Amino acid sequence: MTPSPGRPTEAMPQFEMHATGVEGATEGTERMEVSMGPHHPSTHGVFRMDVELEGETITKLKPVFGYLHRNHEKIAESTSYLGSMPYTDRLDYFNSMTNNWAYALSVEKLAGIEVPERAEYIRVITAELTRLQNHVSLIGFLVQDMGALGTPLMYAFRERERILDLFESLSGARMMCNYMRFGGCRCDVSADWIKQAQSVVEAFPQFLDEFEALISENEVLMARSQHVGILKPELAIDAGVAGPVLRATGVNYDLRKVDGYGIYDRFQFRVPLGDHGDVYDRYMIRVLEMRESVKILQQALAEIPNGDYVNPKAKLRGFRPPPGEAYGRIEAPKGELGFYLISDGSPKPYRYRVRPPSLINLTILEDMCLGQTIADAVIILGSIDIVLGEVDR
Amino acid sequence: MENEKAILPEVQQIADAINAAVKNAGVTVSINPSPAEQHSLLLFPTKARECAQWLKAESPWQLDYLSNVSGNDWPEDAITKQTPKQPVKDAGEEPMHPCLEAVYHLYSIRQSLGPIIIRMRTENRSDKVELPSLTPIWRSAELQEREIFDLYGIHFEGHPDLRRLLMWDEFEDHPMRRDYVEPDDYDYEPTPHGDVLKKSLTQQEGTV
Amino acid sequence: MIGKGILKGMVETARNLTGSFHDPDRLTTVEYPEQKIPAKENARNFPFLIYDGDDWETGLRCVSCQICEKECPPQCIYIEKDKEKKPDFLGKMQMQPKIFDIDVSVCMGCQICVEVCPFESIRMDNDFEYAGSDRFKSLLLTKDQLAKSNKYYHSIHPTEAQETDEIRVQKREDHLAKEKAKAEKLAKAKKEAASKAALSKAETAKEE
Repeated sequence: MTPSPGRPTEAMPQFEMHATGVEGATEGTERMEVSMGPHHPSTHGVFRMDVELEGETITKLKPVFGYLHRNHEKIAESTSYLGSMPYTDRLDYFNSMTNNWAYALSVEKLAGIEVPERAEYIRVITAELTRLQNHVSLIGFLVQDMGALGTPLMYAFRERERILDLFESLSGARMMCNYMRFGGCRCDVSADWIKQAQSVVEAFPQFLDEFEALISENEVLMARSQHVGILKPELAIDAGVAGPVLRATGVNYDLRKVDGYGIYDRFQFRVPLGDHGDVYDRYMIRVLEMRESVKILQQALAEIPNGDYVNPKAKLRGFRPPPGEAYGRIEAPKGELGFYLISDGSPKPYRYRVRPPSLINLTILEDMCLGQTIADAVIILGSIDIVLGEVDR
Repeated sequence: MENEKAILPEVQQIADAINAAVKNAGVTVSINPSPAEQHSLLLFPTKARECAQWLKAESPWQLDYLSNVSGNDWPEDAITKQTPKQPVKDAGEEPMHPCLEAVYHLYSIRQSLGPIIIRMRTENRSDKVELPSLTPIWRSAELQEREIFDLYGIHFEGHPDLRRLLMWDEFEDHPMRRDYVEPDDYDYEPTPHGDVLKKSLTQQEGTV
Repeated sequence: MIGKGILKGMVETARNLTGSFHDPDRLTTVEYPEQKIPAKENARNFPFLIYDGDDWETGLRCVSCQICEKECPPQCIYIEKDKEKKPDFLGKMQMQPKIFDIDVSVCMGCQICVEVCPFESIRMDNDFEYAGSDRFKSLLLTKDQLAKSNKYYHSIHPTEAQETDEIRVQKREDHLAKEKAKAEKLAKAKKEAASKAALSKAETAKEE
């Protein structure tokens, strides 16, 4: 960071910023550099933004990464294909089920493993439950960033807890599920579990109604989020933005529809689209997506067939895919999560690459924040929905 | 070559189209032997940006969405090793030379097709590690190319802001290269594993 | 009207507040150390070793095959084989571990050791209230701390334990059937040999 004349170079706490700003504001405003993070509560982890301000308006913003970097990809190169599965849980630790699925999907492409029908259903069910709990906690965090301290977040976490309980009784862990295997899932779902899941899913729309009554029409929320952080669809496509942030700009691109991976082509659901591309749209998109996820879940839970939960031919130990490479991607709750794998025929991957949606969605952070106030940067960042475990890997 | 053409008509078609549209493009097809059958296009670094621009703006495929950029490292021993087998084969050409490689996975949102994969290779792994940056064409590559620069050391020419992304600025090596040696300056904890235990013991002896 | 949305939200908050007094669904927290939510049946935390019978040293199922040590992703298991063998539940002489350590400061509870174990020996515990007073020693679980009875396993994961027992009963039956077949074959061969010998004896007697 280059020091501005007459200012100390180190980061200043936010409350001082206003004080000095007022003091020095004899004529017009003053240029100031602020380092937000890495221990700022609104950055959702150890993430830092070097912000240049003109008064309260942002004139430049540079994200700084790497505080949580552990070279996930290098670790994967030194462990077996199966051994990387629990590490994928720790990428985006909110959505371990979808991370598992994306990795399993890529390995299945690489080795040409088929997945039994029941396993595909289980995968859809767990992935959509993951989407519900990710979106519900995200909107809780987002309104918390806007100043709605506590109440909406606690309501959101109350619902999230029910889904995590389902995950725990299925896979044994609430967040680090490590549930998918190449060619299926680790264990079967019981009829009892399906009943429990059904009751959670049936109760969910009622909670969404309540949540929307609580916050969606709130004037403060609308004032804070509408016409804030606008993203144009052309820029979004160009910058590789994916997931709800892309669809909030009005681009109809949902991999569940486009790729139809797994068995998503069997379910009836719609892809919600926004048209302003602002923070409020990104909030609403998530609420609407949850309603669509509930629809998918109702269909999947009703239709799940009997059969194998894992391909009996798929090997657990000594798994060696044939030489070659494969790129597989799924629609994770945060966007397009892809795994690019190169195999040289040995039990360890030659190359293992994660396409992290959280990181690539941050490409346009500066573009969205320019001209906004510093308080808006917080909610714009919150609306992108990042998890630092995935950004820094 | 004739057989391979019959196997991969689509990728060969794209390669031919680029060669017809861009002068001296010299695009060849790289064959992927895995069941995924995702074959790729090998571009000449000097012509890569022209080809990419054509693929994005003028080609019938309208590849407007760059999904993934990945770096690969191909040191000498990975290429010459006979078993395990070579993961990527080039059709027709001479065998691959030791190099660093950047792989781009492209999709078209307008036509819902993909992935179309393009790859570029540096001349060697030590001093000639320049590749043209495709960030001016797809901004999606901005952070990903920075990451490859950081972890693999490919120098992307024409990148607007080529700095380290994940490692700190003073860091010198490129940790994702296959011949990277970890520095031996950790405070080892006395875990029960053989080599870590040995290291921690020697360290304790050294400090006491 | 400005403020309508806020009022609507307030009504919702009030509903939740009053609801929490009579609807247990709206009051989801418990006073933790005094009150506890019962653990889910599948809940897992760290692995432990099962032993049959009452004495953990003779009943330990582990045969120190070291598969879990090899497959463990963070490499938290350390095994050394004992020179002395001991009989397993089938009566076969098997190896046993001299040292079996799990470093729970490294373990991430992924359950891969459980999946790969061919001897139904290592299983997941659900005790999450684990604390130690120092960084290394109290987090390094040794064989005697890891050994827990099959009864305990039944008390924490009843369904899974039942399945495991069935597998072992099946294994024993298979083993007994095999032994029986082997013994029968042996007896038959003996008989044949005896009759052959008798026959040849008779023949030689005839010739004489």
